[in-house]
Amino acid sequence: MTLNALLFQALNGLSSASSLFLVAAGLSLIFGVTRIVNIAHGSLYMLGTYIAYSLAMHIGGALGFWGGIVATAVVVGILGALIEIVLLRRIYRAPELFQLLATFALVLIINDAALWIWGPEDLLGPRAPGLRDAIEILGRHLPTYDLFLIFVGPVVLIAMHLALARTRLGRLVRAATQDREMVGALGVNQAILFTVVFALGSALAGLGGALQVAREPANLSTDLTAISDAFVVVVVGGMGSIGGAYLAAVIIAEVKALCIGIGVLHIAGMALNFSKLTLVAEFLVMAIVLIVRPYGLLGRVQAAVRSIAEPEEPIRAATPTFKLFATAVLVILIFMPLLARNSPYTLVLGIDVLIAVLFATSLHFIMGPGGMHSFGHAAYFGLGAYGAALLVKWLGAPMSVALIAAPAVALAGGLLFGWFAVRLEGVYLAMITLAFAQIVWALVFQWEELTGGSNGVIGVWPPPPFDKSGFYFLLTLALTALGVFLLRRFLFAPFGYAMRAGRDSPLRAEAIGIHVKRVHWLGFAIAGCVCGIAGGLFAFAKGSISPETIHVQRSIDGLVMVLLGGIQTLTGPIVGASLFATLQDTVMRQTEYWRALLGGIILVLVLAFPGGIVGAFTRLFTKRAAVT
Amino acid sequence: MTTDPMLKLESLSAWYGAARILYDLDLEVGRGEVVALMGRNGAGKSTTMKAIMGLIAHRTGGVHFNGRDISRLKPFEIARLGLGFTPEDRRIFVDLTVIENLDIGRQPTRQFADGHPAPAWTPEKLFALFPNLAEMPNRPGGRMSGGEQQMLTVARTLMGNPLLVLLDEPSEGVAPVIVEQMANTIVGLKKEGLSILLSEQNVHFARLVSDRVYVLEKGQIRWHGTISDLAANAEIQRAYLAV
Repeated sequence: MTLNALLFQALNGLSSASSLFLVAAGLSLIFGVTRIVNIAHGSLYMLGTYIAYSLAMHIGGALGFWGGIVATAVVVGILGALIEIVLLRRIYRAPELFQLLATFALVLIINDAALWIWGPEDLLGPRAPGLRDAIEILGRHLPTYDLFLIFVGPVVLIAMHLALARTRLGRLVRAATQDREMVGALGVNQAILFTVVFALGSALAGLGGALQVAREPANLSTDLTAISDAFVVVVVGGMGSIGGAYLAAVIIAEVKALCIGIGVLHIAGMALNFSKLTLVAEFLVMAIVLIVRPYGLLGRVQAAVRSIAEPEEPIRAATPTFKLFATAVLVILIFMPLLARNSPYTLVLGIDVLIAVLFATSLHFIMGPGGMHSFGHAAYFGLGAYGAALLVKWLGAPMSVALIAAPAVALAGGLLFGWFAVRLEGVYLAMITLAFAQIVWALVFQWEELTGGSNGVIGVWPPPPFDKSGFYFLLTLALTALGVFLLRRFLFAPFGYAMRAGRDSPLRAEAIGIHVKRVHWLGFAIAGCVCGIAGGLFAFAKGSISPETIHVQRSIDGLVMVLLGGIQTLTGPIVGASLFATLQDTVMRQTEYWRALLGGIILVLVLAFPGGIVGAFTRLFTKRAAVT
Repeated sequence: MTTDPMLKLESLSAWYGAARILYDLDLEVGRGEVVALMGRNGAGKSTTMKAIMGLIAHRTGGVHFNGRDISRLKPFEIARLGLGFTPEDRRIFVDLTVIENLDIGRQPTRQFADGHPAPAWTPEKLFALFPNLAEMPNRPGGRMSGGEQQMLTVARTLMGNPLLVLLDEPSEGVAPVIVEQMANTIVGLKKEGLSILLSEQNVHFARLVSDRVYVLEKGQIRWHGTISDLAANAEIQRAYLAV
């Protein structure tokens, strides 16, 4: 390809960078001050496109378009303020992950609200009045609107920079980003500051979405794409750094544009399609940046959030009553195939639930006791599932071999990714785990020759007698019980103590001779390994798997399961997974608006039981015990 | 000591998680008085200050300030009543310059309950009080020495025109020359009519500045009296303060 073509692609990249930057800057601003990672930020962006579309269509003309864009930013800003006041204000003291869960519930609700208001079709807005033409640059036609977008990013960047440096609000934002508790102790009303910041950040997302109206159709899937792009940008640029966000937006947009520009390249007889690499490219950039600069390009080491939430209670070994109860549950489950003879669906549901339990328990292992919030646990599930399925497909391996290979493959993945992940902390760790999961997903999706691409792998059926759901249920039960028991055993072994010590005070743990990173690395790998069993079981339970198995949605489902049950208890993930999988298989299949329903349930749970279901029960019982 | 104290703690207790840190503290600071809260590391001095400021979630007991019950208020509401707090670890905003740090602390001027105006501070007045800061108004907080940061913390709190200041270990970890300067500052602030509750481990420093002393050990007040009584009481010093 010619140099001109490359330069032209670079211009294209710059115009994409602008809206990427707007979304990311808002996210970064909100995170900096409130320390809330607002997953619903992408939804606000999506709403921006829809609202701008409606305004442009209904009012029409230049006023409808340009006025509509400004009005959209205002409307979305107000919506953001409402979200902050009605929802988030109640959960600032809740654990970080609970806040994530609440904002994720908003994603679901907003998505269904948009579906209800605007319908499932893509909606392409009008072209921008006054900027309908294209100009010739480098021998190609560049739409003037794209040219306009190229300038929007830097203009907003400069405006934000000046506002942060020169205004009192800006100074408060910078101070609160560093130490919001101290800002409060100096007499600043945090509640108002948080609302204002949330409104501003949301308005930026709305503006970013609105500006897209003339470029891309409004689409119900842009919420998750926008948020994952924005996360990558914010993390690469450095959380809380607005300049870093612009730099990162440009780098990522350019890398993507160049991948498209290069297209298919023939190297040593091999055709390498770069345009397919766009999916992987941004996550590769992020992984590299995080490894070289763990706090992003222009980020700084984050001061620990001075939380006034109560510290976590130590986990306790099971009481005899509880052991009895667990045994009783297990015995009932063993008799399930007999009890549910006449309802095969119950057994299928039971298998789903058990697999979910194993998946969630392994995630909880690193999230709770390990303190490592993985946003990409689907990777290990997928590695297990594909590891098993591909062995069957290509080598005709028997199920026993495939089910042993599943955890082995996942373990390898866990060892590899974990080595990088444990070098980071907090949100950065969450993001790199997400990045690895996305890379695995993209590899599976695009390596069609091996994995079947989007068609997946079919015909992965268990041999007799496990082709009967009763027997497969028992197999799943045995492996799940084994996995859960092993993970629990680890936690009450010196290894588990070391892992928790490393979570609670890494410095002191190091000082008494614990190699914290190594312990956490092993913990990460163990969790991945056990999760691989769940993936293998899943492949044989469904008979076919697709890249959906590794989709980010699965990672998020896992988080929801763990948090539903309560992260501070060991039974939490089991209860949470059971409830979630059951709800997913029953209630949610019944309605078109299952997302909103799920979101509503999550919000009620978050507001009513900030310690998860099991946490709430425990508290109820301990209170009773204290009274009597 | 005036009959109506500026700050009065009634049976204040505080917890971190399940661990109880403070046990039923009773303490008073009169108007214009400098009171030292003394004790070894871990005795509960900083926790007392944070509990007064509303920065500890789990606490019981009464906190009265300037005639008002503040035990249920949020930190920013407490600060807005004229209670200033300078934390032991200073907590300077490292990204902000000296002048910007001062701006964050800015609050309207206020009066005592009797209508008497409280000392009002401006950056100029504070630069006169802390000449070191005057030399570096545009330096980021992160590029200052420990002593300079200590001065900035105090100055930042004074920007809120407080009636009473909680000074947590002003002499800790700074050079002797700064310690001396800090002592002079405290005496100067007292002259302006401010009340001060300071936490301190060093008897010599406390002697330079304070009127009365409460001695804390394991979260309980073991002794209180005037500073001269403490200075004369070697037994109390040995039991609760000697390292």
